[in-house]
Amino acid sequence: MNTSGFFVTGDPMIYGADVSIVLVSVAIIFYLTYFKKWGWLWREWITTVDHKRIGIMYLIASLLMLFRGGVDAILMRLQLAIPNAHFLESEHYNEIFTTHGTIMILFMAMPFMFALFNMVVPLQIGARDVAYPALNAISFWLFFLGAMLFNLSFVIGGSPDAGWLSYPPLSENQFSPGPGQNFWIWGVQISGIGSLATGINFVVTILKMRAPGMRLRDMPLFTWSVMASSIAILGVFPILTVSLIMLTIDRLFGGHFFTMTAGGNPMMWVNLIWMWGHPEVYIVVLPAFGVFSEVVATFAKKRIFGYGSMVFSMIAISVVSYYTWVHHFFTMGAGADVNIVFAICTMIIAIPTGVKVFNWLFTLYRGRITVTQPLLWFYAMIPCFLVGGSTGVMLAAAPADYQYHNSYFLIAHFHQVLIGGVVFGYLAGMYYWWPKVFGFKLNDKLGKWAFWLWQIGFYVCFMPQYALGFMGMTRRIYTYNQTMGWDMGWAPLNFISTIGAFLMGAGFVFQAWQIIYSIKHGERDVTGDAWNGRTLEWSIPSPPPAYNFAILPTIKGRDSWWYQKQEMQNGTYKQEPVKYEPIHMPKNTGVPFIMSCFFFVAGFGFTFEWFWMGIIGLIGVAITLFVRSFQYDTDYYITVEEIERTEKALRNNASVQRTAN
Amino acid sequence: MQQSVSAHVSDHDHGHVDQDSLKILGFWIFLVTDCLLFGTLFATYAVLHTHTNGGFTGKEFDIPGFVIETFVLLVSSFTSGLAVLEMHKGNKKGLISWLIITLLLGATFVGLEIHEFVSMAAEGATISTSAFLTSFFTLVGTHGAHVTFGIFWMIGLIVQLAKKGITSDTKRKISIISLYWHFLDAVWIFIFTVVYLMGVM
Amino acid sequence: MRKGIQFAKYSILALLGMVLLSGCDKSQFIVLDPKGPVAQQQLELIIISAVLCAIIILPVIGIFIYITVRYRDKPDNKAPYQPEWDDSRLLEVVWWGIPIIIVAVLGFFTAKTTLALTKPPVKDVKPIVVQVTSMDWKWMFTYPDKKIATVNYAEIPAGVPVQFILTSDAPMNSFWIPQLGGQEYTMPGMSMGLWLQADKTGNYFGSGANFTGKGFAHMQFKVKAVTQADFDKWADQVKKNSPALTTAGYKDLSKPGLSKELSFSSYPSGLFETIVNKNGGKYYDHMNHMGDSMNMSGMNMSGMNMSGMDMSGMDMKSQNK
Repeated sequence: MNTSGFFVTGDPMIYGADVSIVLVSVAIIFYLTYFKKWGWLWREWITTVDHKRIGIMYLIASLLMLFRGGVDAILMRLQLAIPNAHFLESEHYNEIFTTHGTIMILFMAMPFMFALFNMVVPLQIGARDVAYPALNAISFWLFFLGAMLFNLSFVIGGSPDAGWLSYPPLSENQFSPGPGQNFWIWGVQISGIGSLATGINFVVTILKMRAPGMRLRDMPLFTWSVMASSIAILGVFPILTVSLIMLTIDRLFGGHFFTMTAGGNPMMWVNLIWMWGHPEVYIVVLPAFGVFSEVVATFAKKRIFGYGSMVFSMIAISVVSYYTWVHHFFTMGAGADVNIVFAICTMIIAIPTGVKVFNWLFTLYRGRITVTQPLLWFYAMIPCFLVGGSTGVMLAAAPADYQYHNSYFLIAHFHQVLIGGVVFGYLAGMYYWWPKVFGFKLNDKLGKWAFWLWQIGFYVCFMPQYALGFMGMTRRIYTYNQTMGWDMGWAPLNFISTIGAFLMGAGFVFQAWQIIYSIKHGERDVTGDAWNGRTLEWSIPSPPPAYNFAILPTIKGRDSWWYQKQEMQNGTYKQEPVKYEPIHMPKNTGVPFIMSCFFFVAGFGFTFEWFWMGIIGLIGVAITLFVRSFQYDTDYYITVEEIERTEKALRNNASVQRTAN
Repeated sequence: MQQSVSAHVSDHDHGHVDQDSLKILGFWIFLVTDCLLFGTLFATYAVLHTHTNGGFTGKEFDIPGFVIETFVLLVSSFTSGLAVLEMHKGNKKGLISWLIITLLLGATFVGLEIHEFVSMAAEGATISTSAFLTSFFTLVGTHGAHVTFGIFWMIGLIVQLAKKGITSDTKRKISIISLYWHFLDAVWIFIFTVVYLMGVM
Repeated sequence: MRKGIQFAKYSILALLGMVLLSGCDKSQFIVLDPKGPVAQQQLELIIISAVLCAIIILPVIGIFIYITVRYRDKPDNKAPYQPEWDDSRLLEVVWWGIPIIIVAVLGFFTAKTTLALTKPPVKDVKPIVVQVTSMDWKWMFTYPDKKIATVNYAEIPAGVPVQFILTSDAPMNSFWIPQLGGQEYTMPGMSMGLWLQADKTGNYFGSGANFTGKGFAHMQFKVKAVTQADFDKWADQVKKNSPALTTAGYKDLSKPGLSKELSFSSYPSGLFETIVNKNGGKYYDHMNHMGDSMNMSGMNMSGMNMSGMDMSGMDMKSQNK
């Protein structure tokens, strides 16, 4: 076992990180010990199978990762702000853009999305939990420990530096020896298995656990978007798993899938990874579309326009997204016919996406719009996503793409759709459902500061990058200068772009402040219906009790809570007699956490090619699976008395009469 | 204890989902994703199967070896079906006996496969010889790993059966593992055809 | 038409408003300032697609602003409120229909340009072949007709179609000369064709566009387009004055590292083919052959065609040579 080079050395920034990691860990351990919180942490959070708590943990993790990814972004922008900068060396810059991309997509967007899945879907469909609560916990812990494994690379062993999709042969041993690339493989692999399990979980939850009377066509659009997204997960995450296994075999066992020698085919990786990678971006954007649909209908106080069309367009997007992967490498020269087919498929995706925009606008049309924080983010999305989507269509024109490919035009495009579509969407969702999950609203004033800093920062950062693309600046260069005697003129725009990145960073700081401030001072929501909502999640108290619904609601159509409220107002609502019954709930379990820890051990072992450790980890995983299989005592009943007690306490202050009161 | 909880469920949980059907649906969906996993491995095999790097080619597969493997696995699929029949009859002893036979056949299959791999490696045909062999060992090995996992799983279920007898829980678990076992059999048929038969032809 | 394009070109520039800062004159937007027919066709497609997108964006932004202002929830708002109105067949047809038409139009132009770019830009001039090998972290150009080689710069005759044949002896890169036309990957084991042409003499910026590791940012090269006479003169000079590239010399050159501009009076025969084949090229049927043995009169080579790669890119034909 060779431990030389185990710790990353030689960079003051990394020493700084080492020190702060140690300090933070000591502080956390001290806090937990001093206030005797270890038991609380274990009982209430680590072993929880409650979808709401899992959702909260996903949210916290994704905000932390947004911070880390954001710091990466700012470091990159600092390096590029002026020509010939010596702030970062080439290899360090390469590591940073690799971790930035990987973290933002896999450890920020995905968990943020799963946070919304978990916090909202069971409540929207009138269920008490997801289909497999323990599996749900496994998914979370796999994601979390996968992400931690990946982040560990910053201080131990060295970070991956072959790009967020790690194209071989660059990512093979020949060109990237050492643990860095293995960290990428195992971090992504472990969390990817968790994502696949979440996909299965939510498809079954939505298909099987809807409240009585809720037909598929009564489902809220967010739930539909989760369904479309989960189905896409099922379709493509197995490809990711296999691709990563193959790269592992190449790197650890001397295989030749993607090597330059012995008949390996690196281009096969590029195909496989984009067969996953392209649908992946639709996987993350579809739930954002779902959020917007909820937000728009609620704040326009109007039924969503063109429901059928909305559902159809989401399904269309998730199906067509399987047939567009080649547009990531039109320049591979797969033949004119191939390029034309994939170019047109890519453009076709723009059609249902555009239709959604029209439907949202016409939901607002003849509505009564209240501008709130969630709606602001929707307003921000419209122009941003329109322009970003349009540059996407421009990129889809294959021969034009030969000029945009791998240039800053592309960078600007995908940041515009991923920030404008996905991040704005998730933030809208966070602001919208925050009072539901936590029982208070996030402060408006700080939120507006954050919002405008994000908006201005975004355009200042990314609009110049389109221009830089036209100036021939390619992505992933750590420096630029007046090479070979000509001035490419990239400097001023890069400087402006860096200013934008800082503004967005400031926006994020405001959001962090907003959250901390609102925990104490945020407007409390006592009604459970903070926004005068339309769907079932607003019919129960905020935050909801462990069992969500004391009595499972019976659904008579779309937006049932909205119509029930109307009936209650005009007195036509017939209250059914309340008869509580014991509620069947899953018990907390430590198995998911322990199992994921073994996965972490295995991943760490394989990363350093300490096979004994990897095998111990895998054996541990198998043993925990067995232990779980032998556990029969996995659920319990909440008694009627306890439900009555809880409901009474929760509804003391409620101003609106509720379903099960 | 288990009985009492199930009784409880049927008493009180009207409107609540049937846990068994939920789990079986989930397992079907898992099998779909597993199918895609194997599909991807087959695709890479199809791309790389001619990239032999001047070494071992498909023509050199050990014909009696893989025919026996196939036979053993097919029979084990049949015996796992017999086990499920016994389960439906409520015959715990018959169920456990057939499961043990299935398990032994599965172990034989894995043993034969390991033997095949080892003798190939002895001839110098290892995973790092050529892209063809890398994809071969990965595809066939992934299947073998699935079978191995199934064997341990089955051992666990046999212990549970012995302890608890045939309950709604153990019934569901047996149904799921037999689904899994048949699935592995179906995948093997493809491996047999695409890898071995087309290889030696 | 030309005028319209010119106009649209400037409107794009205007759209990139904040771009107009000190030192950002038009000539710096090299993608929008083509110097050859391929880049010109690509620019036209860029403009067509931008205009088609603008047809959607501008009205939608207008509608968006109108709606959000008019239907605000204010006590004195007299605008109609129809909370139950949630469907309109006519509107649905309109907003499914318009994007479909736009995609159809853009799809047509895309297909047309894609096909056009697989052929030499002009038919009546005999093309020349330049083989390009990307390495860690430098570019090597070999001229099969002249049997000379250069590193990190290339000379080409202006007005003559150039068939670049691309491969890589290192991780995949992408060969890009923005003012002459769009890029194509250089891939180990593959031999790809890319047609470009310079109409005017001049020095053009070229770079590697696909990340290849530590020295990637320095993989820029110069393309000098000169007259045919100057080109021949240059080739003779190189033949006469430069050292030869030996097999050992190539081995040294291919080690990871940066390099200055270099010229070589000769290179080991079949160097390019050797590079392609040793990196796995022997498993594919190379439609572009490799330059040396190319049948120039045929002209049916599909420049954008990857050796035997089909739809999915997954079914490589196996043709051992």
